Amino acid sequence: MNPSALPNVATLKIVGGRLLDGQGMDAENAALLIRDGRIAAVGDAARQAKADGTINAEGHIITPGFVDLHCNLREPGNGQKGSIASETRAAAHGGFTTVCASPETSPVNDSGAVTHLVRDVAACRSPIRVLPVGALTRGLEGDLLSDMSGLASAGCVAVGNGGRGIRNARILRRCMAYAKTFGLTVILHPENAALAADGYAHDGLVASRLGLLGIPEVAETTAVMEMILLAEETGVRLHLGQISSARSVEMLADARQRGIAVSADVAMHQLLFTEDALAGFDSRFHVRPPLRSEQDRLALIAGVREGVIDAIVSQHQPHDSAAKQAPLAATEPGLSTVESVLSMGLELVARQEMALADLIRALTGGPAAVIGRSARLAEGELADLCMFDPAAQWTPGPDSIVSAGQHTPVAGKPMPGVVRMTLVGGSVAWGSQPE
Amino acid sequence: MTDHGHSSHQLQLTEDGQLRHFLTLDGLDRQLLTDILDTADSFIEVGERTIKKVPLLRGRTVVNLFFESSTRTRSTFELAAKRLSADVLNLDISTSATSKGESLSDTLLNLEAMASDMFVVRHSQSGAPHFIAEHVTPGVAIINAGDGRHAHPTQAMLDMLTIRQHKGAFEGLKVAIVGDVLHSRVARSQIRALNELGAAEVRVIAPGTLLPRDVERLGCSVEFDMNRGMKDLDVVIMLRLQKERMEGALLPSEREFYRLYGLSSDKLALAKPDCIVMHPGPINRGVEIESAVADGPQSVILNQVTNGIAIRMAVMSMAMGGQVADRNRKQSEVVQP
Repeated sequence: MNPSALPNVATLKIVGGRLLDGQGMDAENAALLIRDGRIAAVGDAARQAKADGTINAEGHIITPGFVDLHCNLREPGNGQKGSIASETRAAAHGGFTTVCASPETSPVNDSGAVTHLVRDVAACRSPIRVLPVGALTRGLEGDLLSDMSGLASAGCVAVGNGGRGIRNARILRRCMAYAKTFGLTVILHPENAALAADGYAHDGLVASRLGLLGIPEVAETTAVMEMILLAEETGVRLHLGQISSARSVEMLADARQRGIAVSADVAMHQLLFTEDALAGFDSRFHVRPPLRSEQDRLALIAGVREGVIDAIVSQHQPHDSAAKQAPLAATEPGLSTVESVLSMGLELVARQEMALADLIRALTGGPAAVIGRSARLAEGELADLCMFDPAAQWTPGPDSIVSAGQHTPVAGKPMPGVVRMTLVGGSVAWGSQPE
Repeated sequence: MTDHGHSSHQLQLTEDGQLRHFLTLDGLDRQLLTDILDTADSFIEVGERTIKKVPLLRGRTVVNLFFESSTRTRSTFELAAKRLSADVLNLDISTSATSKGESLSDTLLNLEAMASDMFVVRHSQSGAPHFIAEHVTPGVAIINAGDGRHAHPTQAMLDMLTIRQHKGAFEGLKVAIVGDVLHSRVARSQIRALNELGAAEVRVIAPGTLLPRDVERLGCSVEFDMNRGMKDLDVVIMLRLQKERMEGALLPSEREFYRLYGLSSDKLALAKPDCIVMHPGPINRGVEIESAVADGPQSVILNQVTNGIAIRMAVMSMAMGGQVADRNRKQSEVVQP
């Protein structure tokens, strides 16, 4: 695909496709007009308007660009695993127009200087929007508060602790209270470090059979409960990243009913795979939190369907091959997913486990709201769009994946849904006009 | 999603159902397990000869690749390979390459460059022999000599051979496995073998801190009380309990463990009169087992050691045979249009 195939023009019209944003907009054979980077008109007004260029989107679905709340870009510091340039290009390939960059870099994004560095590099090399998430504690060590004021003014959209938990509840409480001072949302990965210990697999039947060190479900649920209670007390806006268990969904729903400002996301691979994926010691599926039981998987899907879980994330973690070439316990956790999220979601839709509109909402408006933005197909919205062919198939693999990380969970498997074009502010970030 | 039995099956068996590697008992059927026991039976006689050798692995190189030290297991594998006439190289990797930062893949590439035919692998991480089997050059057999908490299939099979020698058959047998099931690779393999071979009941007897999650779903019942658990037993298998696990959060003390789960003459008397007593060794006398029981008439612990050599000879010769058959078949496929 050639991003330059479509000249970036002041006004652009998309006609003939299905507009779908999961938030009320679902129109076949629709029209959409883009002017100066924003959606200028939808429907008849767009169809009748004159434009410098027109895209015929027949057979395609047009959605708001996907928003990823948890993406590891690896820069600065881990160039062997990926870079802002390579991973944002991969994200654009996957239909994402905005990614929140995890603070787990080297150095950690715990100061305005690192945030500026990320933003500057992204401004030069990223085809999509990169929104840094700052570190909640200095060095992500969980001991000292980070410079949240500096992080906020440098452009961090939230603060979080990456994939790491915070061992000390007193420090966590202070972190929340301090983040509240600056109106920052706190993104936390719920895991009780003592209960998770040195585990790397769900503490269930597969781990028992294979003798893998387990991370029990309570390592997550006790942390979820602690975080919810502390958020309630401090009044901070809490976002729980990558929950993995049925009980967490229940606790989240209860907290919301009590009016606590808490949201949550789930990684797409948690919706598709279970602990059984580790049965052949396949290190690709060494992820954290671990893939859990079928019952958990179904509850997570229900959580997305019912809107209890706001967002689906890629939890993209590109690795070099050496990081995954070892016995399971010695490998690094994480999957390269940012390009296959849509396809994995469409697989759930094909299995009738999830409605297409729910999937799109959880990839667009849901995550956007967590960071105080919107992602709808409506007049005045940013023209951040994804256009994909739901009927086409592709096979993720070395020839088709852009990310520096090749360890995708669906490698070699024909998958539904090909992203033909990703537009950011009306400009083509990925793809070309369909013939 | 993959099924463990299925994936192991594909990895360790040839298309004709012969052993190619020996990594786990998962996915191996009763016929194959019985074949291993029968082959081992035929090798017991070799150990009784003046010249204890057969030429099955003559000219082959077997590398004992021990990433975790184990004198007993390594010695029996070495002896088994030598009785099959193989050349044997013992490598204690825990003190060499990997401690210098070399990855397992690189260590393996170096060893393969020495034209080895078989690696006997002991590793502290579950799944390490699987990883090696997946990455090794075709034609090289991998034998699991114990990986993490996962499997110790030759140990389980030598236990099965010992049980068969004393009990004749597995049908109707009630077998208990006692002690540290959580950390035991042997227990997992034993539960699998006993179920596949048709034992009537497999019980695990242990405190809650030493049992894996959902252990019943591995194919056993759970009993916390040893006095109740000893009832009607034909076989009691004691597990080794690492002393470093005695104190702290898993168990309050050695003394309490022995009082509750140690095999004393009194407790043994609760089982059937002809119940045999097994232990994979090395024994912690007065912790897992009373000396009088370990050395008593119902103990078959030394038979287990003898059978260990025969079982390892059987598995090594069968895996090498599978590799040769596999190669011959692939070559004939290439030649034929």
